[in-house]
Amino acid sequence: MSIPSLASARKPWFARLPVVSHLRMSSGLQRGMLIAGLVLSVLFIVSALFAPLIAPFDFAQSSDMSGDFPRQSAPDDKFIWGTTVTGYDVFSRTMYGARTAIWVIIAAVLMSLFIGVLLGLISGYLGGWFDRIMVVLADAIYAFPSLLLAIVMSIVISQGQSSLWGGIMAAAISITVVFIPQYFRVVRAEVMRLKAEPFVESAQVIGSSPWRVMFTHLLRNATRTLPLIFTLNATEALLTLAGLGFLGFGIEPTAASEWGFDLNRAMSDATSGIWWTGLFPGLAIVLTVMGLTLVGESMNDLNDPRLRRFSRKKAQRITQAGVTR
Amino acid sequence: MTITSQTGTTPSPTPARKPAKQKGGGFLRYLITRFLLIIPTVFILITVVFFLMRVTGDPITAAMGGRLTPDQLAIRIHEAGYDRPVFIQYIEYLGQVFSGNLGRTMSDNRAVTEVLVTYGAATLELAINAVIVALAVGIPLGLVAAKFRDRYPDAVLRILAILSYATPVFFAGLLLKLIFGVWLGWLPISGRADWQTELALTGLQNPSGIYWLDALRSGNMAALGDVTAHALLPALALGLLTGGVFLRLVRTNAIGTLGREYVEAGRSRGVSEFRLVTKHAYRPALIPIITVMGLQIAMLLGGAVLTETTFEWAGLGFKLAEYLTARDFVAVQGIVVVLAIIVAVTNFIVDILAALIDPRVRY
Repeated sequence: MSIPSLASARKPWFARLPVVSHLRMSSGLQRGMLIAGLVLSVLFIVSALFAPLIAPFDFAQSSDMSGDFPRQSAPDDKFIWGTTVTGYDVFSRTMYGARTAIWVIIAAVLMSLFIGVLLGLISGYLGGWFDRIMVVLADAIYAFPSLLLAIVMSIVISQGQSSLWGGIMAAAISITVVFIPQYFRVVRAEVMRLKAEPFVESAQVIGSSPWRVMFTHLLRNATRTLPLIFTLNATEALLTLAGLGFLGFGIEPTAASEWGFDLNRAMSDATSGIWWTGLFPGLAIVLTVMGLTLVGESMNDLNDPRLRRFSRKKAQRITQAGVTR
Repeated sequence: MTITSQTGTTPSPTPARKPAKQKGGGFLRYLITRFLLIIPTVFILITVVFFLMRVTGDPITAAMGGRLTPDQLAIRIHEAGYDRPVFIQYIEYLGQVFSGNLGRTMSDNRAVTEVLVTYGAATLELAINAVIVALAVGIPLGLVAAKFRDRYPDAVLRILAILSYATPVFFAGLLLKLIFGVWLGWLPISGRADWQTELALTGLQNPSGIYWLDALRSGNMAALGDVTAHALLPALALGLLTGGVFLRLVRTNAIGTLGREYVEAGRSRGVSEFRLVTKHAYRPALIPIITVMGLQIAMLLGGAVLTETTFEWAGLGFKLAEYLTARDFVAVQGIVVVLAIIVAVTNFIVDILAALIDPRVRY
């Protein structure tokens, strides 16, 4: 992840962490974008972690000691973002929605990373008929509209509706199937390239087993670009989850709060001018995806020296350092 | 599909050099090879979808499960042949698909092919409208961003492009509906036309189903206005979001071409900056766009499902969502298979176009 250079080896460990080192490298607009992305991402993670503390009510709570909540009431002091048609508090549901989203993202990305990298390694290193079948299969799935595939998968897994964990796993597995080809392609291409390198050949010559070559020699070299795909896929997972939820293929509203499903319910509210039920979950999706995308994009640009921009001061320092050395 | 992979995998936008004496068979061979490659793709997708849908049970139990007694269910299942071995059903299904028979829907008992023809036109219309909006927005703004690279217009446009990626089409639709439909009251918020217009247009002799085309042919100007008003918001919602992808693509490629020697040569001859951007840098930057268009069609169809549901636009996506809710998996399977075929064929056409424009693409 970090740029290998002599200077970076002397820096303290925290300065070499991926995001921190990127932050130190950046300047101007690039730094602004990275920071904006980090702020949004942290906001998302905080509301996911501390949803029960932030939200005044439960996500499926429609009454309290003082009686039933009003239905479709506009934002006021008690319900700062208003209430839905079933009397749920929009603010609480939006906060808890981050929780559902983060579980799905983690599950989907981990599963597709694990399976995709494994298949890519084996397929790329061993080659032969297995490789050929995998490539055709991956290409076929890759060309297919991902949302449709996710719909088919969620029918298979849960026949549509389901409980909290069932729903989260169904959404995550649906998304995983869509992502595996992407990881597979990237890793396979890298392995194909690395296979011809001298260090792999020397490992083969001294009699390392194929598994050893794959997992000690190839794996770490082939997975350098993955953190970038990771951020982009996290956003894709979130958008697919919201799309599934919007089509009514998500998690039941009483089992968990999900932004896409809430937007589906908000469509009919919009016709009568009720904006708060849709605006807030929608903004939550947009800001979260934007945050993650900004982080991923900035890291991508900063990793590429041709796209990296220095501030004038820093550029001067670098030139001077070059002159004095 | 990720953002960077689109810009990363495009071939470099250098103008094609004329190959020295292209052999006659080169292109034809590529065409045939590429065409044959569709077959495994479509075959795999049909197979995967078939087995996935059957893993969970038969369509009759899914659709009628709660409404019929187990005995009645068993009779219906036996009549439809769903109690036979899955492999035999699969062979039979393949045969049916290749003879153009996709079965009958469970919920409203129509031929799936008829559903596809009736609602396919609406989806096609939406897709065309959205692509027009996307190109009209994406290309000029992409050129502006390339011209002002790393200055504030570029920064603003980059943020806009990320925003367009981050916004789900149904949220954009909701906002457009609220602003232009409910608050300003300028545009209708759902459907493809008023019922009077709908009646007038479906009453035509062999209607194409694409409403603005039908309205134009019949010379019905009131209908044309009505249809346009209805089409505007869905086209904007889907088009603006797709336009962000085109913007990034044009920007990256135009930056590449703007830095080339022939542009510099043009500048030294006194060609105006405007002409340099719109003529010299623009043309070669178009080639990768055509390639990516193919991938966009797949994304557009996914987006169309959501857009149609948002605006109650009676197309394939809208029907698909309806059948999904009704647990009508015969219909779902049919629509999904046909969409897969459309995507595969579009990718084929796009690859051929790319090869015609840029000979280096050929194998």
